[in-house]
Amino acid sequence: MDLDFGPAEEEFRTEVRAWLRAHVPAEPLPSLETADGFAAHREWERTLGADRMVAVSWPREYGGRGVSLLQWLVFEEEYYAAGAPGRVNQNGTDLLATTLFRHGTPEQLARILPPIAAGEVIWAQAWSEPGAGSDLAGLRSTATRTRGGWLLGGQKTWSSRAPFADRAFGLFRSHPEAGRHRGLTYVMFPLDADGLTVRPIGRLDGKPAFAELFLDEVFVPDEDVIGVAGEGWKAAMSTAGNERGLTLRPPGRFMASVDRLVELWRERADPSDTALRDRLADVWIRCQAYRLKGFETISREDDIGVEASLTKVFWSELDVALHETALDLLGTDGELTSPWLEGYVFSLAGTIYAGTNEIQRNLIAERLLGLPRGAR
Amino acid sequence: MKFVLDAEQRLFTDTLHALLTGADTARAVRAWAAGDTKPGRALWSALADAGVFALAVPEAHGGAGPLPVELVCAAEQLGRHAVPGPFVETLAAAELLGRLGDDPLAATWLPRIAAGEALVSLTLPPAVPYALDGDVADLVLTADAETVREATAHGGTASLDPSRRLLPVVPGEPLVTGAAAASAAAYDLGALLCAAQQLGLGRALLDVSVEYARTRQQFGHPIGEYQAVKHHLADVLVELEYARPLLFGAALAYRTPEFSRDVSAAKAAASAASYLAARVALQVHGAIGYTDEYDPSLWIRKVRALYSAWGSPASHRARVVDAL
Repeated sequence: MDLDFGPAEEEFRTEVRAWLRAHVPAEPLPSLETADGFAAHREWERTLGADRMVAVSWPREYGGRGVSLLQWLVFEEEYYAAGAPGRVNQNGTDLLATTLFRHGTPEQLARILPPIAAGEVIWAQAWSEPGAGSDLAGLRSTATRTRGGWLLGGQKTWSSRAPFADRAFGLFRSHPEAGRHRGLTYVMFPLDADGLTVRPIGRLDGKPAFAELFLDEVFVPDEDVIGVAGEGWKAAMSTAGNERGLTLRPPGRFMASVDRLVELWRERADPSDTALRDRLADVWIRCQAYRLKGFETISREDDIGVEASLTKVFWSELDVALHETALDLLGTDGELTSPWLEGYVFSLAGTIYAGTNEIQRNLIAERLLGLPRGAR
Repeated sequence: MKFVLDAEQRLFTDTLHALLTGADTARAVRAWAAGDTKPGRALWSALADAGVFALAVPEAHGGAGPLPVELVCAAEQLGRHAVPGPFVETLAAAELLGRLGDDPLAATWLPRIAAGEALVSLTLPPAVPYALDGDVADLVLTADAETVREATAHGGTASLDPSRRLLPVVPGEPLVTGAAAASAAAYDLGALLCAAQQLGLGRALLDVSVEYARTRQQFGHPIGEYQAVKHHLADVLVELEYARPLLFGAALAYRTPEFSRDVSAAKAAASAASYLAARVALQVHGAIGYTDEYDPSLWIRKVRALYSAWGSPASHRARVVDAL
């Protein structure tokens, strides 16, 4: 058992650190949940892509650097420590790509991944529907067979990044006679397709972080179906599993945030406020726990599977606690617009998306602890 | 980087778990509480044969250590099975004595600790003010930033955990002076091993609660079918699973400048996680968990006793913040 980085990691760290020092914008970019901010982040994604920094762990043939998971963790530590901009294409790099690596055809990998790695095509996800959030198997939007492909119909909602992204991926019911989890098809489609209306929805702070999609006979060719038509559930679950794992919230993000929180504590704290000091300590301890757990996860050779639910519950609660502590340190200034406030609003969604924490707790109880399934 | 136990460490852990599973430790706890230390002493001998105490003793004094990762593995299992006796204190005393070089005190006691022949109690005021089981220990030490002294324990105060007898001590003449580093190291190791013990207790309480929830029926269903119960138990698993890496991370920081900070992080997290496990265990078991006769109540009581032993959570949080 050890926590030592090897020469390969240290060398990579040095390279990444130097690159970030040369490229990270001096001024923070505007919020990526606004039109201007999205454009600026799109440009940053291209800058990353030009030097193969979008997805360093991908094979070189798809625009990555083929580095190990441990090196990827190092990259993320450096990335967040450098205060580099938020990633506008996380849906593409972490969700869609993971699914394609498991279920995509060679043609799809070659066609879809390089533009993501280059920062050229930004993806939105289209999972939820007005009647199907946590109960994703209750999807009602449809894919109807047509010559050479499928026609999509219905409505999606809470579609992250959809107001400004280029393309989207999601699940549609293609074989209505099959069971709830069966008969779903996983497709990719352009957001400017004929028959598609994108209506941005403001989130809690009013910024259009997601959208509703209205689909009326939107055509998707067969080549844009992921996996087997009617068996989209299986492919979707590999995406969701990954989303709950480490890639969506790499430990480096929390370590960088808590370092800034400690700085804020030094600047703003009343040292006699032991209640707030205790909360700072707990947040720091939990960030450290998350980081170490990440090292444990990548040291293991088996698939962590449903243990990703533990991760998801932990980081989502931690993210809220971290930002609440920051706002409380800011005191009466906590309500003013600031990066801490933006982070706080973002953190509030974490216990809801990627499967609510209640769903995760059911999975933990049933699959990790072996408790009986029952009526919900 | 390989932040998981290796095959040998896993085998050692599994061996201890198997040994203690077959040993009826609850009976030894009850006997210890009633003043009969024989079954507990027999457990200590078996653990010594498995190499547990030698892990804290330097090779020069007949030990195999110090091996902090293995010590954490062992303390976790001793906690999981609620082994009675001052083993954290004995192992911390080994750390203290091991730092004294070729002092006669070390030469006399370390080989006996390694062999499992000596129960040692230790106070490190103010954080560790009472000598645990000072009435049955073969040696009682008290140490501060200046001195290490032998001490005599008198009287005694009942703990919530009936197998923990806490005795005030009267310090004798100084045996060693200038012992600040040794005292600090003993405190850190003791706090780390107490945290490991807490994690083991928490795990045992989760296991027994899950088993109970699978079988106990109410309203015609096993209570483990209800989400209100499931979610409590899931939260316990999350807390325990994220406390454990802090313990091993701290063990790997042994003898580095970060050790104290990381020990405090681990102790605060293990206190919180095991306490949640105990509260949930009580809630899931209902009335039976609140009875003296039911063995898991021994675990529940020990959790609360250890919550503030070897430094309160608040003191450890303060130490973390001071180190940032």
